[in-house]
Amino acid sequence: MSRIAGSSTEVAIRDLRRRYVPLVSTLAAMLMSLLPIVASTLWVPNIGFLLLLTWRLMRPEIWSAQVALALGLAADLISGAPLGQSMLLWTLIFLGLDYADSLLGVRDYWLDWLLAASAILFHSAGVWYIALLLGAKVSIWLMVPQLCLSILAYPLAARIVLRLDRWRLMR
Amino acid sequence: MAPPGKRRPGFSRRAQYGVFLGYVVAVGGVVLAVILLAIAIIDPRGFAALRGIALDITAPISSATRSIATFVGGIGEGIGDYFRAGSQNAELRQQLSEAQRELNRRQALELENRRLTALLGLARQTGDEVTVARIVGSSFEAPRRLGTLSAGSAAGVAPGQAVRSPDGLIGRVLETGRWASRVILITDAASNVPVRLVRDGTPALAVGRGDGTIELRTLEVGQNPFRRGDLLVTSGVGGLYPPNIPVAVVTGHDGERALGRPLADPARMDYAIVQRIYQPAAAGPLDLARPQTPAPPVAAPPAAAAPARVPAPAGARR
Repeated sequence: MSRIAGSSTEVAIRDLRRRYVPLVSTLAAMLMSLLPIVASTLWVPNIGFLLLLTWRLMRPEIWSAQVALALGLAADLISGAPLGQSMLLWTLIFLGLDYADSLLGVRDYWLDWLLAASAILFHSAGVWYIALLLGAKVSIWLMVPQLCLSILAYPLAARIVLRLDRWRLMR
Repeated sequence: MAPPGKRRPGFSRRAQYGVFLGYVVAVGGVVLAVILLAIAIIDPRGFAALRGIALDITAPISSATRSIATFVGGIGEGIGDYFRAGSQNAELRQQLSEAQRELNRRQALELENRRLTALLGLARQTGDEVTVARIVGSSFEAPRRLGTLSAGSAAGVAPGQAVRSPDGLIGRVLETGRWASRVILITDAASNVPVRLVRDGTPALAVGRGDGTIELRTLEVGQNPFRRGDLLVTSGVGGLYPPNIPVAVVTGHDGERALGRPLADPARMDYAIVQRIYQPAAAGPLDLARPQTPAPPVAAPPAAAAPARVPAPAGARR
């Protein structure tokens, strides 16, 4: 494939790719929760959230906090979670990360992972508490396997996002 | 990663206001989300139309990929069966003989039951089945245990209806779209099913624990009637679930509490039967429910009672 765009259509396609790869990949990850895995225990990481978080940490400049609001609404509708759950938690996490960015300045990979781990912890606790408010009295220990797996899955998500990002910006 | 440069986008007032407006929108969105959550807590059936549409749009993805997942899931099981063929054979043989004895006993009971029902004039209602559909997916990322059913209000499915498989109770319908609906499984922590022990009829409550097991609570304090292997069926109390659907089998104790395993495994079955609400008043608002006239207690079988209503001979009145 030629590195240089040969026509205006090609330019347009690359522009679309540059703009929408983060959004489309996150939405696709959300749709993965629709795969017909009928699980009776809780251990699969929330892939949509993980990818959103990784994009946010890798590319802080592409999304502002209100994007999390819209994507949260989509996630709530797709996954059947109570409306407002992801909207609330994700937007709070984005605002928190904006604040962390203003404090920390340059982040390295380990700091990214630490931030991701705290965001995942906050998200799990929030999901658990909202389920509790809705009448599902689940033991908090039930969330632990999913929590650990999500934190351990961050490096994998980071590599996927890096690969996507490189493809997105390829000329 | 370098910090974003958007915090102070240069000296342009317009760009600075843009960033500020973004934060206003985000914080406003947080407030909106809290309100939406409060609505969801107060009235879980709120936004039913919106959620139903989302359900309709997303359900086909699940059902289209369902057969692949079942096939892949079945491979591992098939290999395992092959290796365990010998021990499994002996086990199955024993189970078969036990089942045969049980069947004989059941047939005798069935006969007696039919005779007694006929005697009391109770016609058993049949045809309480709304539709047959498939469980096509479940939420596996949240502490809730919800399944997606491939039939919606177009097929007559309505919230509150019981969903069962031939093995046992799966759950009840929570919300419906036009062609798909969401089912709250009996293992969900917000699900309470009134059950009774088959062995002695002790009433109990089967509450999900969110991890695939069910906690069994007796309604009487100070005794634990559950033994390992006991079968529990729905009691029909509460009016949502029809009686006598198998629910769970007792697997053991966790401290004071008895634990059970649901008989219907939603990951394994293909078809689910949606049943009508046992007593429709149970699903409606409270003020619409009328007190039902209780059936008079049956003092004696009709045949025995009939002579008592025969007027006394004329000679006796004088």
